[in-house]
Amino acid sequence: MDILKQISENLRGGNDKKVLEFTKLAIEQKIPPKDILDDGLIAGMDTVGKLFKAHEIFLPDVLLAAKAMYSGMDELKPILIREGIPTIGKVVIGTIQGDLHDIGKNLVGIMLKGAGFEVIDLGNDVSPEKFVERAKKENAKVIGMSALLTTTMQGMRKVIDLLNERGLSGEIKTIIGGAPVSEEFAREIGADAYGYDAASAVDRVKKLTREK
Amino acid sequence: MREIIHCSIKDIKPDVDIILKSQGVFTPPEPPEKINALLDMSMDLFGKLSIPMGIISEISISEFEVVYSGEGQNEKNTPVNEIFRRADNLALFTATLGEGISREINELFKLNEFALGCMLDSVASEGIEKVAEIAQNHFSEYLSKSGQTTPSTRIMRYSPGYCGWHISGQKKLFEFLHPEDIAISLTDSFLMQPLKSVSGVMIAGPKEIHHFEDNFPFCSKCSGHTCRERIKSLR
Repeated sequence: MDILKQISENLRGGNDKKVLEFTKLAIEQKIPPKDILDDGLIAGMDTVGKLFKAHEIFLPDVLLAAKAMYSGMDELKPILIREGIPTIGKVVIGTIQGDLHDIGKNLVGIMLKGAGFEVIDLGNDVSPEKFVERAKKENAKVIGMSALLTTTMQGMRKVIDLLNERGLSGEIKTIIGGAPVSEEFAREIGADAYGYDAASAVDRVKKLTREK
Repeated sequence: MREIIHCSIKDIKPDVDIILKSQGVFTPPEPPEKINALLDMSMDLFGKLSIPMGIISEISISEFEVVYSGEGQNEKNTPVNEIFRRADNLALFTATLGEGISREINELFKLNEFALGCMLDSVASEGIEKVAEIAQNHFSEYLSKSGQTTPSTRIMRYSPGYCGWHISGQKKLFEFLHPEDIAISLTDSFLMQPLKSVSGVMIAGPKEIHHFEDNFPFCSKCSGHTCRERIKSLR
C-alpha cells in the first residue's frame, strides 16, 4: 500500500502514531507536501466525515481521527508554510458574546481543520466587533458563530448587522450553529448558512467558500 | 432555609446511556471497545476531579419577583413568569463540580485529546445535573418534612438563559444566593465559573402549574424544545 493510503487509512482508524510515522516517511521520500495533505490527511478525514454522516462511525471515532490528523498536520504545517501552499480558506469561529459554552464550536473547528481550512478560533464570549474586525484583518472567507443559550443567540444578529453596516457582507459569509439555533432563525437574522452539526457545518462552509 | 449541600461522587454517578446518547453513540448492547475505553477514562477523571457541591435557599414569591425581574432584559411573557406566581414554594439553587474538571476539559482539547475531552464534557454535564437533582431532593424532603406538600406537588427547575429568562438574571439570583460560598462566581456577561455549574429556581406546586405550550414568540427560535420532555416527565 502506498504511503498516502497508509496515512489515510490509519487516520480513519484514529491511529495517530502511525499517521505521524507515515507522514514523516512521506516527507522523507520527497512526496509533495500538498499531495500528503490532500491525498493523505484530508482524504482520510473526508472518508471519516462520510462514514460519520452515514452513521457508520460515531463522534468519538471522528475525534480520534481528528487527533491523528493533527499529529500529521503538526509535522507537515511548517513545510506548507515554508513553501507558501495556501489553505482552502480561512474561517473565524467563536462562541457569541455572553456565552462560555465552547464544545460545539471546538468540534466545528476540529472538523474544519480536518477539511483543510485554516481556523482562527476566537474562543468564547466574543463581541460582534471582535468577530468582524478579526475576520477582516485575516481576510477570512467565513465567520462561524455558536451559541448554547436562547438569550445569547440574539448576539449573532449583531455580527451580521455589523457586517452589513461595514459593507462586508458580500465578502465575509456567516454560518451559525448551536443547540437553540435553527435554519429558520438563520434565515430570520440573515445568516448565509446554518450548521446542524459539525459535519454539516463543514459542508456548508465548503459551499459558502465555493460560492464566492 | 438555606443549606450548603456536599455530595459524594458515588451519589452523582452519571448515567452511561445518557452520556453515550449525547455522544451520538447508539449501539446496544455494547459500544465499541475504543469508546468504552474513553468512557472509562472519563468516568475515572470525573471521580478524581469533581468536587460536587450545591446551595439551596428558600425564597418567597415576592422576593423571587425581584430576583426574576433581573436587569430588565427578560422576554415580556415567559413560562417562568406565569408559573412562579402560582407556586406553593420556591427555592433558589446552584450546583457545581468545581474548577478542576472544567480545567481538565480545556487542557485535553489543548493537547488534541478531543475525544477524551468531549467525552469528559458529556460526563460532567450529566454529573452536574445529578448534583442539581440531589439539591432538588433536599428541597423536596424539606417541604415534605415540614408538611408543605400534597400528593400533587411537583418540583421543577428553571434556569436563567432559557425560555425567555435572560441570562443577566443570574446577577440578582447570585445577590440573593451568595454562591461565592462554594466558589462559584459570575463573569461580566453573567455566566458562571466554573463552567460546569448550574443555577436557577426550583418551583414547587401542583403539577398543573408546570404545564405550558411552547408557543411563546421565542419558542420558534429554539430547536431543542426540551420543555416538552420535561413536562411529559411530570407524573
